[in-house]
Amino acid sequence: MNALLTVTGLTVRLPLDGEPRKVLSDVSLGIGHGEAVGLVGESGSGKSMTARSIARLLPQGAQVEGEIGYAGTDVRALRGQGLRDFRSKVSMVFQDPRAHINPVRTIGDFLTEALRVNRRVSRRVADGQAVRALEEVGVADSRRRLRQFPHELSGGLLQRVMIASALLTEPRLLLADEPTTALDVTTQAEVMAILDELRRERGLALLFITHDLELAAAVCDRTMVMYAGRIMESRASALLHERPLHPYTAALTAARPSVLRRVHRLTTVPGRPVSAFEAPGGCPFAGRCAHVEDRCRERRPDLRPLAGGEVACVRAEELHQEPAVTRD
Amino acid sequence: MTAYLLRRLGMLVATLLVSSFVVFAGLSLAPGSPLATLSGGRSLPPESIAVLVERYHLDEPFLSRYASWIGNAVQGDLGVSISLRQDVSDLIAARAGTTAGLILYAALIMVLTGVGLGLLAALRPGIVDSLVVMSTAVVIAVPPFAAAILLIGVFAVNLEWLPAFGNGSGLWDGIRHLTLPAVALATAATAAIARVTRTTVRKEMDHEHVQTAVSRGIPYMTVVRRHALRNAAVPIATLAGMTTASMIALAAVVERAFGLNGLGAYLVNAALSKDFAVVQGISLVLVTAFVLVNTLVDVVAATLDPRIKLGRQT
Amino acid sequence: MSSVVTSQRLPARPRTHRWRPGLGPLGTTAAVTILAAVALAVLGPALTSADPNTSDFAKAYGAPEAGHPLGYDGQGRDLLARLLTGAGTSLLGPLWVVALSMTAGTVVAVTAAWVGGRLDSVVSAALNVVFAFPGVLLAMLVAAVFGAGLGAAVLALAVAYVPYIARLLRSAALAERRKPYIRALEVQGAGAWAICLRHLVPNILPLIAAQATLFFGYAMVDLAIISFFGLGVQPPDADWGVMVASGQSGVLQGFPAESLMAGGCIVVLVVAFNVLGERLCGPARPGVRSSPRRWRFRFGAAS
Ligand SMILES: Nc1ncnc2c1ncn2[C@@H]1O[C@H](COP(=O)(O)OP(=O)(O)O)[C@@H](O)[C@H]1O
Ligand SMILES: [Mg+2]
Repeated sequence: MNALLTVTGLTVRLPLDGEPRKVLSDVSLGIGHGEAVGLVGESGSGKSMTARSIARLLPQGAQVEGEIGYAGTDVRALRGQGLRDFRSKVSMVFQDPRAHINPVRTIGDFLTEALRVNRRVSRRVADGQAVRALEEVGVADSRRRLRQFPHELSGGLLQRVMIASALLTEPRLLLADEPTTALDVTTQAEVMAILDELRRERGLALLFITHDLELAAAVCDRTMVMYAGRIMESRASALLHERPLHPYTAALTAARPSVLRRVHRLTTVPGRPVSAFEAPGGCPFAGRCAHVEDRCRERRPDLRPLAGGEVACVRAEELHQEPAVTRD
Repeated sequence: MTAYLLRRLGMLVATLLVSSFVVFAGLSLAPGSPLATLSGGRSLPPESIAVLVERYHLDEPFLSRYASWIGNAVQGDLGVSISLRQDVSDLIAARAGTTAGLILYAALIMVLTGVGLGLLAALRPGIVDSLVVMSTAVVIAVPPFAAAILLIGVFAVNLEWLPAFGNGSGLWDGIRHLTLPAVALATAATAAIARVTRTTVRKEMDHEHVQTAVSRGIPYMTVVRRHALRNAAVPIATLAGMTTASMIALAAVVERAFGLNGLGAYLVNAALSKDFAVVQGISLVLVTAFVLVNTLVDVVAATLDPRIKLGRQT
Repeated sequence: MSSVVTSQRLPARPRTHRWRPGLGPLGTTAAVTILAAVALAVLGPALTSADPNTSDFAKAYGAPEAGHPLGYDGQGRDLLARLLTGAGTSLLGPLWVVALSMTAGTVVAVTAAWVGGRLDSVVSAALNVVFAFPGVLLAMLVAAVFGAGLGAAVLALAVAYVPYIARLLRSAALAERRKPYIRALEVQGAGAWAICLRHLVPNILPLIAAQATLFFGYAMVDLAIISFFGLGVQPPDADWGVMVASGQSGVLQGFPAESLMAGGCIVVLVVAFNVLGERLCGPARPGVRSSPRRWRFRFGAAS
C-alpha cells in the first residue's frame, strides 16, 4: 500500500509522579493518501497520545520508541525548521476549540497566523484566504468574523474556525482529535458533515479520533480500536461495526445508545478503563472481558490477521462463530 | 467599552475630588488658624497677610474656600510659596521635568529588565530559574533608599562610573545623572515584574492554545511572544502601571538621596520648612498624576484583554 | 445569656482560613529572625555599655575597637548602641501602624459585611475612591500640617492602609457571613456582637494575622522612608531610617558602615516579615508562593 503515514511499534512513556509510565504500547498503523482512518476507544486509552506522537506534540520528558514515517521522512528525526515544515503539512483539529484558540487574539489572527508567520503571506492576501476558508466551512458574514474574538462565537462556530484554519495551510494529513465531542448533538452533525465533505473534496488523509464507534464507521474507511495504549482490532469500518471480532469492540458497540435499536437499558462496558501502565499481564482487557479464560491472562495476544482485518484476541475465532457476542 | 470608559471616568473624577479635598482639608485640620499654617509660623507684614486672606478666601466658609481653591488649581493657579515668594505652579513646572524623566526612565528599566528576567526564568527551569526566584525574593524587599545608598557606594564612590549627585546639564549628562537614581527607583519594582512575568508566562505556556500554535509549526520564540507573552501582558501591564504610579510618591526618596532637583525632593523640603502652599500644590499634582496613571492602567488592561469589555470588570 | 445558649448545639463551624500546619524551614528562619530582632530591641541597652547619643568627634567613622564592636558613625557615636536603640523605634512604629490599621480595617470590613445592603455598597464605593492616596504622600502632608515626628507618620500610614486592609477583609468576612453556621446562630437568637466577636472574627483570624505580618513589613519600609526624609523619627534619636539618611555623607566619603548596616537590618527584617506572612496563611499549594495581588498592594498604591 502506498502509505502517507506509517507508525511502527510506537511505545511512549510519560513521566507520572516522577516515574516513566507507559501510555502507548507497540502501536502500529498506516494511513494511505486520502484515506480516512478512525481511532476509537474509551477515554484514557491513548488516542490523543497517538495523535500527539505523530504531530510531535508530546509533553516534556516523554520517552518514545518505534518509528513514525511521513511521506518518506523519518518524523522522529526532524528538528528545527524541518519539524516546523512537517507540522505545517500535518494539521491538527483539537477537541475543545475554546481552550485551543487564543482568547485575546482575533479570529482573523488565529486563521492567518500560520500563513503570515511561516509563509510570509501579506496580511491582505491572508485575510482574503481566511474569508474564503470561513465560507467553505459554512460561517456566514466571514469578513466581520475575522475581527471578532473567540468569546463572541459559539462552540460550534469556533470548531468550524478551527477546521478552516487547519485547512488553510493545505495539509495532506489531518489529525482530528475528538473534534465534535465538546459540541451539542445537532452542531456535532453539522461540523462532522463539513469536515467529511471538505476532506473528500481535497483528498485529504484523516486520522479521526473519537470514542463513538458508529461515528467513526460513518466517516472512516478503516477503524482501529484502542485499549490501554494498544490496538485491539483494526478492520474496514463497516465490517468492524457490524461484526466486531474483539470482545472489547463488541462491548463498545453494545454500549452505544441507539434510537434505531431497541435498547431497554443503557449498557456500559463493565469496569473502569485502564491505562497502559495499569494493564495486567496478558490481555489488557481480561479484567473486564465477559469471555475471559485462563489463557487470556497468560500471554499478551499479538495483533494478527483475521477475517479481512487484524485482531488481538486469542479467542477471536471461536467468538466469531458464536452469534451471542453480547448484544442485549 | 463606552460604558466602561464612562464608569471609569466617573470614578476618576470622584477620586480626584476626594483626594483634592484631603489635600485641601489639611489646611483646616491643622492646629491654629489656617493663616498660621499657610505662613508656616512666620510672622508676616500686614500686606502679605491681606494677600493671603484674599488669595485663599480665608474670610469665607470652608466649602466655598475649597471651591475657589480647586477652581484656581484647575486653571493652574496653585498659590504662592511663602519662603520663595513665587508662584507654586512656576516652581512645580521648573521641577516636573526631572521627576517625570526619572519615573519614565525607571519604568523603562523596570519593564525591560523585569520582563527579560521573568521570561528567562519562565523558559529556563532549573538553575537560571532558581537564581532569578531567589534573588528577586530579596531584591523585592529592598527599599529605594537602601538601593540608592548601595548604588552610590558601589558605582559612584568605588567605581566612579556614574555621578551620584545633582541633575547635570545637557541631554547626555542629564541621562548620566538620572541613571543611578532611576535604577534605585526601579530595583524592587523590577523584581516584582520579573516574578509576575515568570508566573504568568509559565501559566500561559501551559495553555492549550499555545499547543495549537506549536502544532501549526510556528517558531518557538514567536509562540512565546505572540501567545504566552501577549496573554501575560494584562497582569504584567497592570502591575507595571501601578508600580509606575507608586514611583510618583517614591521618586522623592531617590531625588533626595541623589540631590536631584525634582518635585518629590521639593515636596519634602517644603514639608520640612512648612511651606504649606507648596506642599498642597505638589501633593495635588502628584495625587492627580497617581490617579491618572492608575486609571490609565485599567483602561489599558481593558484594551489588552477583549474579555474585560464584556462587563467582567473588577 | 444568649452566648451561653449559643455555645451548645451549634452546627460545626467550618474553618475557611486555616493556620498553615507548619512554617517550614524558611518560615521558621523568618520567625526566628523576627524574634531575635525583638529580643535585641528589648535587651538592647543591656547589651552594650556605650551610649547611643554620646558623640566623640575625634572618633568620627572610627574603626571597631574593644567595647565598640561595630565602630563609630560620622559624629563619633557608637554604631552598635545606635543600631540596638534604633531597633526599638524601627519596630515600635510599624507595630502601632499595624495595630491601628488592622483594628480599624477589621471593624470597617466586618461592619460592612454584617450590615450589608446600602451601607456595604457605600463603604465599598468609598474604599474604592480612598484607595488612591499613597501612604508616603499622606504622611508628608500630615507632617507639613502637624509637624514632623513619628506619631504623625504612624497615624498617616495607618489611615492610608485602612482601605487596603478593609477591602481584603471585607470579602473574607462576607464569605463567612453567608455560611450556614452563622445563620444558625442568628436563628438561635445570638446577638450580632456575640456572633461577630466569638465566631466571625476568630474564623478569619488567620487571614488577619497573615495580613498584619505582611503589612508590618510594608509599614517598616514606609516609616523608614519617612524618617529618611527627616519627617519621622527626629535626630538625634536613633532609628534605622534616620541612620540610613545620616550615614549617606559617610557613604560619599568611603565609610558606608552606618547606612549599610541600618539598611541591611531593614531589608533582612522586611524579607522575614514577607516570608512569614506568606507562610502563615499562604495558598495551600506549596509550589505557588507570593501572589501578584500582594505586589499590587506593595507597589500599587501604598507607598
Ligand atoms: N501530560 C501527561 N502526563 C502524563 N500522563 C498523561 C498525560 N496526558 C495523558 N496522560 C496519560 O496518558 C494516557 C492516555 O491519555 P490520552 O491519550 O489523552 O487518552 P485518550 O485521548 O484516549 O482519552 C492516560 O492514561 C493519561 O492518564
Ligand atoms: Mg483524548
